[in-house]
Amino acid sequence: MNNILEVKNLNKVFEIKKFLKKSLSLKALSDVNFTLGQNVTLGIVGESGCGKSTLAKVLTQLEIETSGEIELLGKKYKDYKPREFHSLIQMVFQDPYQSLNPRKKAFDIIADPLRINTDKSEEEIRELVYSMMKKVGLRAEFAQRYPHHFSGGQRQRLGIARALMLRPRVLILDEPVSALDVSIQAQVLNLLLELQKEFSLSYIFISHDLSVIQHISDKILVMYLGRIVEYGPRDEIFLNPKHPYTKILLESAPVLTTSKQIKEIPESAKGEIPSALYLPKGCAFSPRCPMVTPECMQSIPELLNKDNRLVACFNA
Amino acid sequence: MLLEVENLNIHFKSDKSKNPIHAVRDLSFSVKQGEMLGVVGESGSGKSITNLALMGLLPDSSLVTAKKAEFNGHNLLNLKDKQWQKIRGREVAMIFQDPMTALNPFLSVQFQMVETIRAHMDISKKDAIDKSIELLSLVGIPSPKDRLKAYPFELSGGMAQRVMIAMAISTNPKLLIADEPTTALDVTIQKQILDLIKMLQERQNLAVVLVTHDLGVVSQYSERLQVMYAGEVVESGSTKDLIAHPEHPYTHALLGSRPGALVDNLRREPKTLLPSIPGIVPSFNERPIGCQFNPRCEFVTNECQRSPIPIFESEPAHREYRCIHPIEHVVIR
Repeated sequence: MNNILEVKNLNKVFEIKKFLKKSLSLKALSDVNFTLGQNVTLGIVGESGCGKSTLAKVLTQLEIETSGEIELLGKKYKDYKPREFHSLIQMVFQDPYQSLNPRKKAFDIIADPLRINTDKSEEEIRELVYSMMKKVGLRAEFAQRYPHHFSGGQRQRLGIARALMLRPRVLILDEPVSALDVSIQAQVLNLLLELQKEFSLSYIFISHDLSVIQHISDKILVMYLGRIVEYGPRDEIFLNPKHPYTKILLESAPVLTTSKQIKEIPESAKGEIPSALYLPKGCAFSPRCPMVTPECMQSIPELLNKDNRLVACFNA
Repeated sequence: MLLEVENLNIHFKSDKSKNPIHAVRDLSFSVKQGEMLGVVGESGSGKSITNLALMGLLPDSSLVTAKKAEFNGHNLLNLKDKQWQKIRGREVAMIFQDPMTALNPFLSVQFQMVETIRAHMDISKKDAIDKSIELLSLVGIPSPKDRLKAYPFELSGGMAQRVMIAMAISTNPKLLIADEPTTALDVTIQKQILDLIKMLQERQNLAVVLVTHDLGVVSQYSERLQVMYAGEVVESGSTKDLIAHPEHPYTHALLGSRPGALVDNLRREPKTLLPSIPGIVPSFNERPIGCQFNPRCEFVTNECQRSPIPIFESEPAHREYRCIHPIEHVVIR
């Protein structure tokens, strides 16, 4: 069995109730399918409202899926007991300022997952906490400090240490370096790469920064309005994108270049993502797509194998 | 020169320490009409405080001194509040990082735009509305007549930033200060907003100071670049030249620590360790003696820790850098 995580036909619909009006349903995730192998980083790319954060929440069961199935190590999610489940999959959040309890000391923040989920003695916990702090690059004397004593990068290290205490197999990282300065970003990315090797972790790495995603991922999943539009190996997606949305996304990304050249994006692709409450008929990207054909506005393209990746486009 | 600043120093009074905090130290720069200057720096580098000083928006606890601070014929150093009001908004305008908090949530776009225009120009309300519609269509807002009636919460982040830009240019300013204008926006929207600012710069001969933490953004859009660290300029010069051959170890390390194989000449293999800068930016009350970067610098010597480092100049590209051991033609693999 190679796959740590297997996601099949995942759907998440939010019902939006309105007073005296018909309630609306918002399709945050539609027919999401993917697998995650051991030691592999899956990078998830997409803009606001594409469903990437909802996906992270469903994978950690902070939100419950509407339909579909997720298997972790070959066992269905619903067959897991909470303790067992949380020791296998953990999450690191975007904002290191808001995801740490300001009234707890660093030591307790890192120790709590063990106290809640295991029966280890305080002494064992102490030892594990200090060895983990060392691994993530926090000095032992920091243990008795409160989160406000730490810089952004150190807080994110604290968040990573907390997530790793139960020795999970999968780490969901939701924009883990977006709130950090460039020089600190590199430190945290390096730490994540080293920890992945040491603990043979699988990462689901969500970021809007394409150069970060390209650096850290093995496979890429591109989402648009709750659907996967392209999914495949990193180099295929970055060097030879097939879906028109992936192409536009890559061309829009700011590139550090000495050849000061601004790429033109097609006029039709300008404008913004439509609301997920009122999805267009057919392909969700069709209103902005430069390659749109009548077929695109009639039916939703399936995710099909093409040139070593899966792509959902009639004209790719 | 439209804006000329020489040896600008900004201090803040502080309850915590006896000595005032030296937030910006010995900053000199200039901006020509129709030119875009990129300013790059991490948190605490003093880039936002400098902008606020240029707008006359610093709190009373600050002390601003300079050898020279001239903008469009005004001496910015001894302006009274009344005089600031005539310059601010009319000759120099500013857009901020978060357009949603910069707009008043209780007032319609029309109210806010008309108010801005009529504060600076002697025109009727009807004319101001017509001008607002014209401006909204200039910044690329579809059906501007309807959008004028909208309230900020009805706009997306990108649309709200377009409205902010329309308001900023409504008085035909000479200088636009854009402080992280696209940090809160999605990638495809970011590009559209930057293209819009570039278009206005070229079409209206507008000078732009573009402040950002993203080297990718400035490398494509600005003609000149200024890198700041801990309240000082560490390096400045033409964007292209500076990115190709950084002289200051901080600029060099900053460029190197950016992930992504997209970087020209700085191809990084994915999943390899990035050359990171150890440590963090020193806080205002723990600034080192000598070079501000010396505790994190790999080329540090005793000389770097003795006294403040002056600015050196290198011709022909008119590069300026604050380092006694500049990097010479290093090839980054």
